[in-house]
Amino acid sequence: MTTVTEHHQVSPQPDALATTVVTSWKAPIAFAVFTLAALALAVFAPREGDTTYRLNASDKDAIIIANISVPAMPALWVVVVLLLLATAFSVWLVTQKRRVPLWLIVVFAIVFLFGFLTWAGAGAMLPMINLLYGSLSLAVPLIFGALTGVIGERVGVINIGIEGQLLAGAFTSAVTASVVMSSTGSMGLALLAGVIGAMIAGALVGMVLAAFAIKYFVDQVIVGVVLNVLVTGLTSFFFSQVLAPNAAVLNSPPRFPRLPIPFLSEIPIIGPVLFRQTLIVYLMYLAVIVVFIGLFKTRWGLRLRAVGEHPQAADTVGINVNRTRFWNVALAGTIAGLGGTFFTIGSGIAFNKEMTAGAGFIALAAVIFGGWDPIRATLAALLFGFASNLQNTLSVIGSPVPSEFMLMLPYLVTIIAVAGLVGKVRGPAAAGKPYIKS
Amino acid sequence: MKLELRGITKRFGSLVANDHIDLTVEAGEIHCLLGENGAGKSTLMNVLYGLYQADEGEILLDDVVQHFSGPGDAMAAGIGMVHQHFMLIPVFTVAENVMLGNEATKGGIFLDLNAARAKVREISRRFGFDVDPDALVDELPVGVQQRVEIIKALSRDARVLVFDEPTAVLTPQETDELMQIMRQLRDAGTSIVFITHKLREVREVADRITVIRLGKVVGEASPTASNTELASLMVGRAVELTVHKNPPQLGDEALVVEGLTVVDHIGQLVVNDVSFEVRKGEILAIAGVQGNGQTELTEALVGLQPRVRGSIRLNGEELTTASVQRILDEGVGFVPEDRNEDGLVGAFTIAENLMLDRSAGAPFVKAGTIQRGTLAEFAREKVKEFDVRTQGIDEQVRQLSGGNAQKVVLARELSRELSLLVAAQPTRGVDVGSIEFIHKRIVETRDSGVPVVVVSTELDEVVALADRIMVMYRGRVVGIVPGTTPRDVLGLMMAGEQPEGAAA
Repeated sequence: MTTVTEHHQVSPQPDALATTVVTSWKAPIAFAVFTLAALALAVFAPREGDTTYRLNASDKDAIIIANISVPAMPALWVVVVLLLLATAFSVWLVTQKRRVPLWLIVVFAIVFLFGFLTWAGAGAMLPMINLLYGSLSLAVPLIFGALTGVIGERVGVINIGIEGQLLAGAFTSAVTASVVMSSTGSMGLALLAGVIGAMIAGALVGMVLAAFAIKYFVDQVIVGVVLNVLVTGLTSFFFSQVLAPNAAVLNSPPRFPRLPIPFLSEIPIIGPVLFRQTLIVYLMYLAVIVVFIGLFKTRWGLRLRAVGEHPQAADTVGINVNRTRFWNVALAGTIAGLGGTFFTIGSGIAFNKEMTAGAGFIALAAVIFGGWDPIRATLAALLFGFASNLQNTLSVIGSPVPSEFMLMLPYLVTIIAVAGLVGKVRGPAAAGKPYIKS
Repeated sequence: MKLELRGITKRFGSLVANDHIDLTVEAGEIHCLLGENGAGKSTLMNVLYGLYQADEGEILLDDVVQHFSGPGDAMAAGIGMVHQHFMLIPVFTVAENVMLGNEATKGGIFLDLNAARAKVREISRRFGFDVDPDALVDELPVGVQQRVEIIKALSRDARVLVFDEPTAVLTPQETDELMQIMRQLRDAGTSIVFITHKLREVREVADRITVIRLGKVVGEASPTASNTELASLMVGRAVELTVHKNPPQLGDEALVVEGLTVVDHIGQLVVNDVSFEVRKGEILAIAGVQGNGQTELTEALVGLQPRVRGSIRLNGEELTTASVQRILDEGVGFVPEDRNEDGLVGAFTIAENLMLDRSAGAPFVKAGTIQRGTLAEFAREKVKEFDVRTQGIDEQVRQLSGGNAQKVVLARELSRELSLLVAAQPTRGVDVGSIEFIHKRIVETRDSGVPVVVVSTELDEVVALADRIMVMYRGRVVGIVPGTTPRDVLGLMMAGEQPEGAAA
């Protein structure tokens, strides 16, 4: 859907090439599809009643915000009109040889979402805090996984094995925490052991990937896939043969308690969502910031990115390419391992077969959708987390949408995000290519 | 600093890339290392720079034996290198590139970009460069990128500076400026090793010349030696440097291009409103520095560019939006710029590569089956006719040297009935012996009445082959001038300046 237009622009620099605008009809078409979907809801499935948005976590909050009530059908019709206007505007932009700006896409998405929620929650109360809190929780392993992926690809190693690293982290943390808990009786010690065990497990999987990819030049995608299968097989085997018969000792992990942060947790909306979480989530905030600053402001990050972009150039200034790659892939593994703890000791759930259920692959999608940037990958992971939790929330309040359809939602969002919206983002130039010196 | 290489030997498997090479570079001299592509010059310098480990021999700096286990050691010892393919990270700024591997930090962790910027500015001022430390390398012209490489080396206090084929990507004017910088560095006491295969540059700037052939030092020469002497030393036999060709027998206008514009995927007009025509029996050479739209222009001519406006007509047939198959059927032959990427399938045999563009039917395919006998006979005949040095027609093309591989491409393209030949960089990475042969065949094709378009970034080649010369700069045609136009005029045109009095 790309066409060349006759519209020329004079370049600002005398030496730069003249440019023309390559316009794309992707956005208007997507807009039209979603507008029609909203229209179809309004025409073929009208619903009566008001939708109430609840913005408090509980009645005991320090600051109470009144619930917001909107009549469902009028609101949906307003949304349809707004979406139509946005679609028309995007068509006009493209015919004028201009690009559809990102803000328009964001506004469109928010308006559509509002319309859909209002329609789905007609006659019921939508607990917004729970919806957002749950979204963040579900995004935690995705964010840890995405940070692992970002570091790996930035240093030049494609990591398909994030799923395996998360699973290894979940398994190891459950077992070590259970064992320490039952032998010492100290929960603090047990949780600490669980976290450390998970990080080591993630790093070990990363080292296997790094060794095969860097030392033996095995195709990185293949190693990653094989590692996922291996970890799934191993953990499933130990689960049924060892953990299940001795569940009391080996698979009864303690749970990280919620630690509300004083003062911050009392801020309306933000407080209950962001600052009444467990230590794992606070560690996640820290990890995102540290990885971002590390990648772009430190010597470590400069060298890491150089190795992932142009390994030979890095080599010629005395940076050991393969060593840099090996240790950073291992380091990134600790982050994914930490993410794995969310499934067990982070949520107080015993380990189960294949309990990560594809989170590693969604994390990989977040890496690409986030343009290999830790902050944007985090936002992408949050979007996927939101899609997952929307499905939970709507089934709880009894929405008319079939649950099978809602279960697809996170994956649908992933596909649309990665295939449709990722334009010409360029990843690290040398990602996936082994550095072979003669 | 005095640099001495003693008995350096480097083998890759059974291939001896460097065979007991001795080389001495005195402090404050420009020492030229002259040799053909594949003679072993770059290998030698990579050994010096610690990228390769020598199998035998030693490296001495100021008479002290050195042991380099990697480029880091070589740099610490005072050796700097300006690589043929720039060792710069395109998405980093100038300052980031210069500091990489040698970073000034705050507290040992955080980058001190201000210190790096100051360093770039200080060295730029010393040599009169105009380099913005915060510019992205990707967005700089190649000439400036090369200066960034020089700044990078100097920021590490290099006292021996190696320039590996530095002029390949420069305009003649930029080349002159580079030579001036080299002299300036020499006068400041830096020892310079200048690797090249271009005779003119050697004679202009060298204090001493060492010639390498097939991995061995074959002799020293003085800068006063003539081109012919240097060339025969380099090749090992007498070489004809000029192409003999008769005046063209011009026929009708065959290829007519009008207002051709090619847009790349981000909307840049890489070819911008280009018009020209080529007559039967004429060679039009397209000159210009690499990356000024020549690649896209030739690809548009053979139907490989997706976003094209304007008109391309061959003998009256409109071919602008025609499929590649249709263009082949019209008799367009194409020698692509990068033969390994676009011209040949490396894992296929010579015979298979010779039939790549004729897999649709007779004579090589009947009822969907390859006619092995016909093909083998054809291949043997072509290998002989084009003097491809090979063990047989079943040898994989990737085993061939650059020159022989190029002859396979040429043999395939010239063995059809042609109505147009488009040859991009026909002699890049090809040995001098093969260059002579390829030039001769291109001139023969022209003499048989076929219009020929040759793209070359080598001014020597342009001048040798062209009946008319079209110079491109930034996607536009600067001018179309007669083949006899003096080099300095062409050089100015390659930098985008309109020639005075030349017909555009």
